Amino acid sequence: MTIALQPETGTERPPRLQPTGWLRYFSFSVDHKVIGLQYLVCGFLFYLIGGALAGAIRTELASPVADFMPRDVYNQVLTLHGTVMIFLWIVPVVNGAFGNYLIPFYVGARDMAFPRLNAVAFWLIPPAGLLLISSYFLTGAAQSGWTAYPPLSITTPATGQIIWILSVLLLGGSSIFGGINFIATILKLRRPGLKLMQLPMYCWAMLGTSILVVLSTPVLAGTLVLLSFDIVAHTGFFNPTLGGNVVVYQHLFWFYSHPAVYIMVLPAFGLVSEILPVHARKPLFGYTTMVYSIMAIVGLGLIVWAHHMFTSGTPPWMRLFFTIATAFIAVPTGIKFFNWLATLWGGRISLNSAMLFSCGFIVNFVLGGITGVALAQVPFDIHVHDTYFVVAHFHYIVFGGSVFVIFASIYHWYPKFTGRMLNEHLGRLHFALTFIGFNLCFGPQHWLGLNGMPRRVAEYDPQFTLINQISSVGALLMAISTLPFLWNVIQSAFAGQRAGDNPWNALTPEWLTSSPPPVENWVGEAPLVEEPYGFGIPAEAFDLAAASGRDLWSSGK
Amino acid sequence: MTTIPVKQTNPDHGDAVESDNHEIHGDFRLFGLATFLVADGMTFAGFFAAYLTFKAVNPLPAGAVYELELPLPILNTILLLVSSATFHRAGQALHSGAMQRCRRWLLITAALGLAFLVSQMVEYFTLPFGLADNLYASTFYAATGFHGLHVTLGALMILIVWWQARSNGGRINSSNAFPLEAAELYWHFVDGIWVILFVILYLL
Repeated sequence: MTIALQPETGTERPPRLQPTGWLRYFSFSVDHKVIGLQYLVCGFLFYLIGGALAGAIRTELASPVADFMPRDVYNQVLTLHGTVMIFLWIVPVVNGAFGNYLIPFYVGARDMAFPRLNAVAFWLIPPAGLLLISSYFLTGAAQSGWTAYPPLSITTPATGQIIWILSVLLLGGSSIFGGINFIATILKLRRPGLKLMQLPMYCWAMLGTSILVVLSTPVLAGTLVLLSFDIVAHTGFFNPTLGGNVVVYQHLFWFYSHPAVYIMVLPAFGLVSEILPVHARKPLFGYTTMVYSIMAIVGLGLIVWAHHMFTSGTPPWMRLFFTIATAFIAVPTGIKFFNWLATLWGGRISLNSAMLFSCGFIVNFVLGGITGVALAQVPFDIHVHDTYFVVAHFHYIVFGGSVFVIFASIYHWYPKFTGRMLNEHLGRLHFALTFIGFNLCFGPQHWLGLNGMPRRVAEYDPQFTLINQISSVGALLMAISTLPFLWNVIQSAFAGQRAGDNPWNALTPEWLTSSPPPVENWVGEAPLVEEPYGFGIPAEAFDLAAASGRDLWSSGK
Repeated sequence: MTTIPVKQTNPDHGDAVESDNHEIHGDFRLFGLATFLVADGMTFAGFFAAYLTFKAVNPLPAGAVYELELPLPILNTILLLVSSATFHRAGQALHSGAMQRCRRWLLITAALGLAFLVSQMVEYFTLPFGLADNLYASTFYAATGFHGLHVTLGALMILIVWWQARSNGGRINSSNAFPLEAAELYWHFVDGIWVILFVILYLL
């Protein structure tokens, strides 16, 4: 086909902006921004499913007898809840969604290092998730919890367990592909002149996370393959009646799944390190120590897994080693915590929704961190192992930590994603309901655990009824809190206030382009931001171009 | 006004902004592959760790049979090590532009890989234990089987590279050597894993 066009005579063509058709979000797009939003929306849909499952769990636990659903259905529901929330919501969103959207901006690139691999990694997720959830309707889902410990996973109905393994293998593959892409992008695709120590903190968090993904996820994959052999081919790797060893499964499983906690929470550390300086108008405190503490958490995170196994007959030397190593993680984590506080200290804080959720994260995370250090101590751990204390600790980390940061990040970057602001009043309502609901739901569970209520059981001693009902009311509040959020993101996408390119006057590179950004992120050359947190200049003297180190565009200003 | 053919543009790829600075960046594909091989190696590390732990804490029950013979695996080790060398020669030939020599070395490498697989099969069928007989047997088959899968994929890759290096219509030549380099890196990795596997499963 030929058509007549103006001859090119060196006149500047108008910049070609990102097409706005919604169909590209359902396509095999290789644009990192499209893929990032695909991850985000897909993950949020799975969050709604996982939340509904959590609602079913809390409804069941509102009374001490299994009257809402049969006990085996309860087992399926809690297995699906854990798997969906971890593998389909938090891991894809804190890594895939924000990582894909932000990392190319932060390194000054036009896309990820391997755009097609990126799209493949995303498109593994919806089928894996549908496979997992469909198992409930087809044959009954897996019943052995998200840990799939043998012999439970070998003796419960096999089909659901095999489907669970298949879907977790697919999600692990997706995670590894994503990790390879992030490592290559951050290390190799940096804009010329951009040094590693000038990168925004989220890059460091994603580099550390991706190292953990690449090193530990394959071990889980291999282990699950062996587990499937035990189920299908009746081998005895983890089956004691055939001479196997269940503790080896636990070691291999936790070699992945303890780092998995950092895979869920390190990116959240990075995101919150981006949000706090912008809304406190101060540079990030202690950049260098932040970088080193992330890398220390990566290193230590790989050698603490057996603290999940203190009641699995671990020998004393192992208990000693893993207790000490775990306690050491509190040091880099504490450094980060105090750095965030110091970032806020004396800042001109605007308590908007993004900031409120970030502060909520800091509060919840330090509580979860303290119970974490307590759980690493063998005498205490043996007392509360497999009780609701562990459930409370875990949710303070992954919900109070990661999910709060996901919401903070949505409030912070929504103007960049859509070009429109979210409604601040609805955002604060969302925060208040979530924060109160979350603490009401999981705070009392510490007490339940200390008093010996075991987790993962549909029935419990009637003396725990009142506290469980309080917890269930908290869960109800959390469910309600989703409504203003949903209304907010949908309504604001069409009728929100126009945001402009940089509503927060932020200095990180993603704000130095239009909102939403053009297809290749920048018209002209990518800006070189040598000081992503150069705040502290009086507002009237605030000059974005000067503060970011260089002229924004090499051609132009 | 002139009439020019319209370039098919992919809106997601922004082909239309060709005039804007499209920085030429290096080729990271080998780096990406190497990162993937680290991950792949960790899968093997998991198997080896499981095997060594089983060895240390789960003694074989009385009457269970788990005996390995050395001659065939030694032959296998030699086959793979030689194939690594021949693949290296193929790469050298490609870079010096000697396509015929390159393809000959590739065929020899693929033949060595296939010989390894045949020899592995012979070993499987002559071993006195089956997959589910006992813990060690299961781990042995899982580790060697997973490695054999890698060799199979590698041999297929080599044959694809061989086909694509043909003189008429092939896509691989000294200016587009990546597919061969990738297959070579992968093949060296598979050989290296075999050496570790040989030491752990057969010698220890």
